[in-house]
Amino acid sequence: MSEMNEKLVFDRPKSVIDRATHYCPGCHHGVAHRLVGELLDEMDLAEKVILTTSIGCSVFLYNYLNVDAVEAPHGRAPAVATGIKRARPEHFVFTYQGDGDLASIGMAEIIHAANRGEKISVIFVNNTVYGMTGGQMAPTTLIGQTTTTTPAGRCMTHEGAPIRMTEIIASLGGVAYAARGSLDNVKNIRKAKKYIKKAFEFQLSGTGFGFVELLSACPTNWKMTPLAANERIQKEMIPYFPLGVFKDVSEEGGIC
Amino acid sequence: MSRIVVQEDRCKGCLLCTTVCPVDIIVQSDRFNASGYKVAEVPEADADKCTGCASCATICPDVAIKVYKTPKKKKGE
Repeated sequence: MSEMNEKLVFDRPKSVIDRATHYCPGCHHGVAHRLVGELLDEMDLAEKVILTTSIGCSVFLYNYLNVDAVEAPHGRAPAVATGIKRARPEHFVFTYQGDGDLASIGMAEIIHAANRGEKISVIFVNNTVYGMTGGQMAPTTLIGQTTTTTPAGRCMTHEGAPIRMTEIIASLGGVAYAARGSLDNVKNIRKAKKYIKKAFEFQLSGTGFGFVELLSACPTNWKMTPLAANERIQKEMIPYFPLGVFKDVSEEGGIC
Repeated sequence: MSRIVVQEDRCKGCLLCTTVCPVDIIVQSDRFNASGYKVAEVPEADADKCTGCASCATICPDVAIKVYKTPKKKKGE
């Protein structure tokens, strides 16, 4: 009677609403949502979260995570989150932003929120394009990558180089934790979850700003199959955007 | 015997699950769901090979896979 002692070992986390997402097949936003949902459940945070969402494909995040949420103007999620956290410090505040949102129009907000050491957490999903608007070049678009606004491929002399956000954030004084993970295979997904957990813990302990970048695929705008897009992360993105922890104040003895 | 249950109305047929299965038993079926995607499945013949590792569910972007694991019997049972 093997059926009798079988255990349900993987199911939808409670914080992730049972609803079909609007994401394209093979889009890694769903994985990122689930990791966040799992952690909110495991750390028992769902009731005290105020989520600040962004503009981009992740704009409907409030439909998928069963938590209180505020929709911020394009790129301004860290500024809105700053206000929420300062007014309601007992709540757990995090933002979830894409690369078009965080690394271009929201650059001023993210840099200053990080430098001030706001006690918030930021999940940054990097898929190297503006996904929702049709695949235009983003600041993170790789050299040679074809997008609708760089039809011949991004050229270094013409459009500059892709921004490595985690390295920039890690260099700022107020930051407690900065790491870059990837969502392309099981090992990397498990590691990425650990990074997000660490960033969340730094907020809970009141240490400072936590930042986690997640490399993800956009098969539709890369004009690839989901499987080819998933492989591109390993082949092209990780060599330029190295994975790992770039700043962790608990290892530097900086906590007082 | 461990097993997976694919929620077919959620599966978008991206097939990321097929790339991570350590025993390579997940394949694309010939069935379409209401959204027009060919869903992933484990053929009946391979069902007993599932180890319940949950790799497929971990990479599934649509949380469409549930995993049931049956612990291995200890010796002497």
